[in-house]
Amino acid sequence: MIEILQYGFMVNALAAASLAAIACGIIGVYVVVKRIVFISGGISHASFGGIGLGYFLGIDPVLCVIPFSIASALSIGEVSRRTKVSEDSAIGIIWTMGMAIGIMFISLTPGYAPDLFSYLFGNILTVPRSDLLIMLLLDIAIITVVYLLYKEFLAITFDEEFATVIGIPAHKLYLVLLCLIALTVVVLIRVVGVILVIALLTIPAAVSRRFTDDLRKMMVLSIFFAALFSITGLYMSYALDLPSGSTIVLVSGIVFSLLELFRHVRRNPPLSAV
Amino acid sequence: MNDEVINLRNVWVHYDSMPVLEDVSITVYQHDFLGIIGPNGGGKSTLLRVMLGLVKPSRGEVRVLGGDPEHNRRYIGYVPQYSLFDINFPINVRDVVLTGRAGHALFRRYTDQDKELAYNALKMVDMLPFENRQIGELSGGQRQRVFIARALAAGPKVLLLDEPAAGIDARMQTEFYELLEKLKEKMAIVIVSHDITAISIYVDTIACLNRKLFYHGSKEITPEDLMATYQCPVELIAHGVPHRVLREH
Ligand SMILES: Nc1ncnc2c1ncn2[C@@H]1O[C@H](COP(=O)(O)OP(=O)(O)OP(=O)(O)O)[C@@H](O)[C@H]1O
Ligand SMILES: [Mg+2]
Repeated sequence: MIEILQYGFMVNALAAASLAAIACGIIGVYVVVKRIVFISGGISHASFGGIGLGYFLGIDPVLCVIPFSIASALSIGEVSRRTKVSEDSAIGIIWTMGMAIGIMFISLTPGYAPDLFSYLFGNILTVPRSDLLIMLLLDIAIITVVYLLYKEFLAITFDEEFATVIGIPAHKLYLVLLCLIALTVVVLIRVVGVILVIALLTIPAAVSRRFTDDLRKMMVLSIFFAALFSITGLYMSYALDLPSGSTIVLVSGIVFSLLELFRHVRRNPPLSAV
Repeated sequence: MNDEVINLRNVWVHYDSMPVLEDVSITVYQHDFLGIIGPNGGGKSTLLRVMLGLVKPSRGEVRVLGGDPEHNRRYIGYVPQYSLFDINFPINVRDVVLTGRAGHALFRRYTDQDKELAYNALKMVDMLPFENRQIGELSGGQRQRVFIARALAAGPKVLLLDEPAAGIDARMQTEFYELLEKLKEKMAIVIVSHDITAISIYVDTIACLNRKLFYHGSKEITPEDLMATYQCPVELIAHGVPHRVLREH
């Protein structure tokens, strides 16, 4: 492991893994406890529109994704409230609209789209320094907002109606939370790509839920697990020459399944023992 | 009158053009202890939700402490009939009760005073020994007590209780109503209940709700009348004898 650190790209990859772990560790906990995995899936897939736009305009797609994912987050949060459309229909529509827009822009862009695949499925080995900076700034933004609004987020994620009654601007804060998910998607794009983002938003948090009943501890643990999964996946993809995004996701999924299996075996003795 | 806490004037509520509340007018004053009774689907929960600004009336006016319910509902302590929350949510009892303070402590840390109010509220409902439990690791009745504590922690000027005693054991029920007796010195209380006996013992005034509200600011009906006639439409129960006129409604 030490010698591969001599390669600059490995250092970048490790930095990217850590920055991604911070964002998805914190925000993934909200996604899991508030059960908004599908909403997050909608936001991340719709973000693909921003990547297409980036290609079309010749701007860093990661930057272009920010307004796009924020816009999809706000639309998902508002559409079902203001219209009679149910939330999951709204998600389905925005999810596919964003992707369609992305494809449209890419087909309008002359020439072919280099490393399009890496935006879809991630490639942690090719994260440029400029994107690391964006990831760092977004992490700082996410940590700051969660630090300042921790108590309010806890109230709205636990019981939104009561939070509203008690005088918390619950819907506005919910939109803020969706925007944080949108920013987390941006942080994760380089690591696992828009298609696989949901894995890192759910698995580390779901794993950490097994170990604690405390939201704060869950965040710390899930940052740890996300980093562990990403770095393990990164190492394996390097050593075995596998695509890094899917390796990270598969490592996470396998650990999750093993833990569940182990728990199952421990909690439920075999029938013959009863 | 400035000791009005909640004021509803000619409020109509429709769900998909079906009237659920028809022309409801009621004023709750500072030291009122009001019981609301009525059959299932009579609109009791809806009435409380109108007071909280969670349901917008299609006609009529709602004032809470002289202002908009949206603005002043943080002075209302609310115990819903059913709380919609995830039983596995990683939160303990103490933090649930603290969320009762969150409206007053908006965008700042909880102070020692917030924590003390939450502590006292937990103590009042006898749930201190459970303060570190995850919320899902409680029985239904214990959880209901926690939600009562959460409402009390807000230091409300009025308590709206939607069948708070459902699922609470006999001993705790007595204690609970006695607690309400004490609390009514400090706040107005509106309680929805099917337990007519308890209601008629403890509350000061009774309203009957079955789409229309019958309320005269008194407790004019005897428990026997109610028990005997509750199967009938509420207008007949509460008012059949003293207010025959109401049959025409
Ligand atoms: N969200 C809703 N959409 C449509 N109809 C509703 C809704 N909520 C309540 N209703 C209808 O409004 C009427 C009043 O309901 P409400 O919950 O206020 O009754 P309630 O008096 O509290 O009854 P219970 O004693 O069963 O709690 C019922 O007929 C119910 O079907
Ligand atoms: Mg009800």
